[in-house]
Amino acid sequence: MWRAIRALVQKEFLQVFRDPATAVQVFVIPVIQLLILSNAATFDVPRAGLLVVDEDRSTVSAQVIDRLDGSGRFRVVGVTPTEAGVEQAFLDREARAVLRIPHDFARDLERTGTASVSFSVDAEDGAAAGILQTAAMAIIGDAARAVQLSRGGAAAVTVRASPPVEVRGTLWFNPTRNYKHFMVPGLLVSLTSIIGLLITSQSIVREKELGTIEQLNVTPLTRTQFLAGKLLPFWILAMVIFSIGMTVGVFVFDIPTRGSVPLVFASAAIYLVVVLGIGLFISTIARTQQQVMFVAFFLLLLFLLLSGIFTPLESAPQWAQWIAAANPVKYFVFIMRTVLVRGGGLAEVGSTMAGLAVAGVAVMTLAVRQYHKRSE
Amino acid sequence: MNAPPDKAPPASPHTASAPLADSAPLAIDARGLTRRFGDFTAVNAITFDVRQGEVFGFLGANGAGKTTAMRMLIGLLEPTEGSAIVAGVDVVHDADAVRRRIGYMSQRFSLYDDLTVQENIRLFGAIYGLSDARIAERSEVLLARIGLLESRKELVRRLPLGWRQQLAFSVALLHEPQVLFLDEPTGGVDPITRRVFWELIYETAAAGTTVLVTTHYLDEAEYCDRLTIMVDGSIAVAGSPGEVKRALGVTTLDEAFLHLTRPAAAT
Ligand SMILES: Nc1ncnc2c1ncn2[C@@H]1O[C@H](COP(=O)(O)OP(=O)(O)OP(=O)(O)O)[C@@H](O)[C@H]1O
Ligand SMILES: [Mg+2]
Repeated sequence: MWRAIRALVQKEFLQVFRDPATAVQVFVIPVIQLLILSNAATFDVPRAGLLVVDEDRSTVSAQVIDRLDGSGRFRVVGVTPTEAGVEQAFLDREARAVLRIPHDFARDLERTGTASVSFSVDAEDGAAAGILQTAAMAIIGDAARAVQLSRGGAAAVTVRASPPVEVRGTLWFNPTRNYKHFMVPGLLVSLTSIIGLLITSQSIVREKELGTIEQLNVTPLTRTQFLAGKLLPFWILAMVIFSIGMTVGVFVFDIPTRGSVPLVFASAAIYLVVVLGIGLFISTIARTQQQVMFVAFFLLLLFLLLSGIFTPLESAPQWAQWIAAANPVKYFVFIMRTVLVRGGGLAEVGSTMAGLAVAGVAVMTLAVRQYHKRSE
Repeated sequence: MNAPPDKAPPASPHTASAPLADSAPLAIDARGLTRRFGDFTAVNAITFDVRQGEVFGFLGANGAGKTTAMRMLIGLLEPTEGSAIVAGVDVVHDADAVRRRIGYMSQRFSLYDDLTVQENIRLFGAIYGLSDARIAERSEVLLARIGLLESRKELVRRLPLGWRQQLAFSVALLHEPQVLFLDEPTGGVDPITRRVFWELIYETAAAGTTVLVTTHYLDEAEYCDRLTIMVDGSIAVAGSPGEVKRALGVTTLDEAFLHLTRPAAAT
């Protein structure tokens, strides 16, 4: 049993490392992408014009406005007490976003520790809008928290965005206001997922195209052995890539590791079984590498867009949220951010991990059952 | 049409002594084996048997259904109808048990060409459950026989076609199967290598392994103990080369083949 699997694992490694293109694709490209993407994601959105409708006119609201202006992400183009002129500012493209602070903002925050503001952003450029929205949530949350901390309380601010995107979100704790802290874990997840899904979805169908699978199918190798022999090597590779990414993230981008790092790795180990299992499942069904590329890219696009990495999921329409509920990437992003950025532990992410484990077993079972040594 | 072998055919392991007794146990017993792809019948209710230790030839024009029939016998393709006992096991019901007892060399080269000779042998040896010592022993014997011992660290991709084919043949024999299935083992190889191949096939049969081999070379068919010629999915004629020629009233297998596959041209 194990002897055959070990031989298959060795074979996959030999093939990966013998082909320089694959080796580069697997190890170098992710790091470069991580470096480029996380910088791009941070700096590419120029400071956006922000119009503030400050109905509260309190010292707290003034602090929030200060923080936004000083964040490097927004340029406060005006503060008005009423809604008048807001639409015009949008139309003139003077402002890309509008923040409305209701008049009992400071009072609510002081009394209950929670308050809400509404934030609307020009959604023409969806990705940038998402980034702005996420950034605003983080900055406002920090401001509110700072105020509360100085009084010795906790704080949460609900940001409600007006149509076209509707947002209800609780804010992340991100005291240094470093956007990278928020983005890099997400990018790391997406890169690991992309590589993992592409490499596994190619692997079985490639053997079908080459004809080498026939020589395996004519041996007494069981379906479980065969799939274990496909899962294991790519799981190890993906874990290595993830570790490299984590190292780059921590040492180059100073992403925080407030929670337990072993917990993050344990989650990654479970999560990767799900992603690679999906790749293998696609690969057992498809006949050509082209088919598999198409399906894999479609799935990746869907998974990544609905993962909460680039845009807050709360802003997505209902149907998208239903799809997102079945999106493993979303759950792993949640675990990463919760543990690394917010310092969460098993209590916060345990049930999500268990859910991923169930999904991993399910998807691998499906792949084994879908694979046939004898065609029908 | 086909280049005749440069020398006389190697002596058959059986015809030299006595032909296999009709009572020899069956290595393959196919009954009404049928395969349809949609409306198209690729293999149409073929019934034949192969005795243990026989070299059995499968002939037929391109698309006659040789590969399809073979794939059903080795558990790579589900038969639409019919049954087959291979090496004493029903392939429809227990394909894995059949797979343990057979070796297969596919028409299309299907070893890993980005692995070395030795790495391929180790992989398949481990999959068949051979111990490391046994793998070393077998690969020594098999590679020495085809003169590949020196090239064991070569990538398979770098080997000339004739050697690649002989390697595929050797890997199919690694676990000492009872029945060996060879799908056009000599396709595209030079006449010398073809001869070598048939010597290997005879050696294998002499050691007691049953060999089912497809070929387009009619001179090779003369080396078979028995053969069938398939036409459009059905067995048109079966028997020893002599019987086939007699049955069709022709003097060479070339004529027999033309007679069956292009009746107009033969008359
Ligand atoms: N998976 C499949 N789906 C549809 N048709 C198929 C399939 N496999 C084989 N066929 C058809 O069945 C017929 C028999 O093919 P097969 O490969 O068995 O012929 P063959 O005798 O081995 O020919 P060749 O000498 O060219 O190897 C051909 O017409 C082929 O197109
Ligand atoms: Mg064929």
